[in-house]
Amino acid sequence: MTTVLLITFAATLIYLSIANRMMTYINILAFQGIILFGVSFIELNEISTLNLVFILFETIIFKTIAVPIFLRYVIARNRISREAEPYLPYFLSLVIVTSIIIATFLISNTIDDPRLNKVYFVVALSSLFTGLYFIMSRKKLITHVIGFLVIENGVFILSLAVGNEMPMLVNTGILLDLFVSVLLLGIFVNRIGDVLQGVDVDQLQNLKD
Amino acid sequence: MIAIYLLGSLLISALLFINRNKRVNYLLVGAFALLQWVLTIYEFIHRDESETYGYFKSDALALLMLTTLSIITIPAFYHSYIYFNKPEEHHRERGIYFMSIVILLAAVSGAYLSNHIAVTWVFVELTTLAASGLVYHHRDADALEGTWKYIFVCSISITFVFIGILFLSIALQQAGHADLSYPAMIEQAASLEPFWLRLAFIFIFTGFTAKLGLVPMYTAGIDAKDKAPSPAGALFSSVLMNMGFVGIFRFYEVIAKTSLHAWANQVIFIAAVLSVFVATVYMLKVQNIKRMLAYSSIEHMGLVMLGVAAGGIGYYAAILHLILHAFTKASMFFQIGQVYRIYKSKHISDTGNYFKYNLAGALALLLAFICATAMPPSGLFISEFMIFRSLFEGHHLFLFIVVLLLLTMIIWALGKSIFRLLFLPPVNFDETRAGKVSAGESVSQFILLGLVIYLGFNPPLQMVELIQDAVKNLPH
Repeated sequence: MTTVLLITFAATLIYLSIANRMMTYINILAFQGIILFGVSFIELNEISTLNLVFILFETIIFKTIAVPIFLRYVIARNRISREAEPYLPYFLSLVIVTSIIIATFLISNTIDDPRLNKVYFVVALSSLFTGLYFIMSRKKLITHVIGFLVIENGVFILSLAVGNEMPMLVNTGILLDLFVSVLLLGIFVNRIGDVLQGVDVDQLQNLKD
Repeated sequence: MIAIYLLGSLLISALLFINRNKRVNYLLVGAFALLQWVLTIYEFIHRDESETYGYFKSDALALLMLTTLSIITIPAFYHSYIYFNKPEEHHRERGIYFMSIVILLAAVSGAYLSNHIAVTWVFVELTTLAASGLVYHHRDADALEGTWKYIFVCSISITFVFIGILFLSIALQQAGHADLSYPAMIEQAASLEPFWLRLAFIFIFTGFTAKLGLVPMYTAGIDAKDKAPSPAGALFSSVLMNMGFVGIFRFYEVIAKTSLHAWANQVIFIAAVLSVFVATVYMLKVQNIKRMLAYSSIEHMGLVMLGVAAGGIGYYAAILHLILHAFTKASMFFQIGQVYRIYKSKHISDTGNYFKYNLAGALALLLAFICATAMPPSGLFISEFMIFRSLFEGHHLFLFIVVLLLLTMIIWALGKSIFRLLFLPPVNFDETRAGKVSAGESVSQFILLGLVIYLGFNPPLQMVELIQDAVKNLPH
């Protein structure tokens, strides 16, 4: 079951590469949140209330509800156009993201380790590199935030694959970090929209040597 | 104690945020400075003891860095006080500024003392948030751009560190362990799978370079130091960079026990030499004096990492260099704050004849220049000499020559700008509008620079012993 969910997750990455509307991106993020909840719910060895509440909070409330609503608000407030305006054509993006997935697949096959679940590993790494590619290839600041969130989703899957119990302090720290970074980045998109009358990367070129 | 310290800092920062009164503000800041020193002394008394469920430990490296931080804290607060000593009242901006500084210093102290790689991670993340409050201080378009880039690059880097930690825990699990605290990892290092360790090192190293100021992630730090007020810039280029070093160094101690040691050294060599190279290229070109100093920090961090990678005497030299560089660069940033008040500009072409407008400050700047370029009697001369000796002894002759050539160019570039600022007459500068700076404001810089000279030539026995203790886990 987790395999199916994870493959669906990889499919959303491919969809992300060819989608051209901001709202589609946000819906994909919300959908990824639901998938992550499914995966982590199945993976839970012992359902203690604390763990369940924590995962529920992180995936459903945070990734599926709060962040998409917040991003919609930012887009509406700054009148960001619906097009994603990539630097590269969508077809090329599709090819690149597909090759990222194939490459991570090939890399994971070289690892000879029975304890590692390779599907997790492949999906996590492809999500990480897709996010990085997304940041590099899109023009809008808000798409950079979305790329960052895709990377964070990849990290989430990787941490499930590891399965090592992190101290609660660290878990809370991660959640807090994500929450605050998204909030801060969103606020700054708003500020940049106010001050510079636009939210494209081209406007951030004053500071250079 | 560390728990009390962190809670106390949190409380003080919350009070600073809601407070509007100037006097209460300074009282709170004073209380924090006191707390910082109490922590430092407490940790010295309870050396090598674990605290708070074993998440923190006051080992030698932590003590050295903590003391450096506590020393720089006092002049940083003093210069922040001068910075806000304007006729018009900005209670809100002042509150946010001091709140951010208190959180930043507390998080940096926590990261120094932490004994668990994930705890270090949490505190490093916290410093990004606190620092962004300082970078955004001026609230104009440039500050906005600097803050955006800083938060973004640091967030990506910190994610990299986390991925590295995950790979590391895969390696640990395979060996049948789960403990991510540093002493446990050093003990079990030999039994870890090199493949996962290699991945972990690449990610953790890349991530921490954002804080340390090394290729590839150095860019964010440059904008941050330029845009933040100079007392904050002083903290960024001293204690915050030291924190990046601590993060890398503690994991390097683990790697050094494995078969990957030589490989890791090569990675560090590449990053370090590239950093010195990048610093040289930009220093020859930059016109903004604060950015110039920021690039000079990149160069010094490159040298520090060269010392670490070369090994031998290089380990000792690296830590000594780090401490002395912190004092030097902090005093330079404090001094640039005064330069800015006189000329209302950070551009070298707008400044000149500094001796005429601020004699004490000009002397401090001259001394700082001598210290930063590691000319005798600067203590950095000693540490740089030792770093080059370690390169020589490690048979890295080619690197040795390349880095020396680059350093020569850096001395020329920095000298050109600083001497222009000190001696040449300024162009288009209206003397009647020159700001007033009293000589007393340079006292703290002289003390810090005096410390750089003194600690280099006559290091106290306790410091030598601490540094040797800090590098005891590394092969000799």
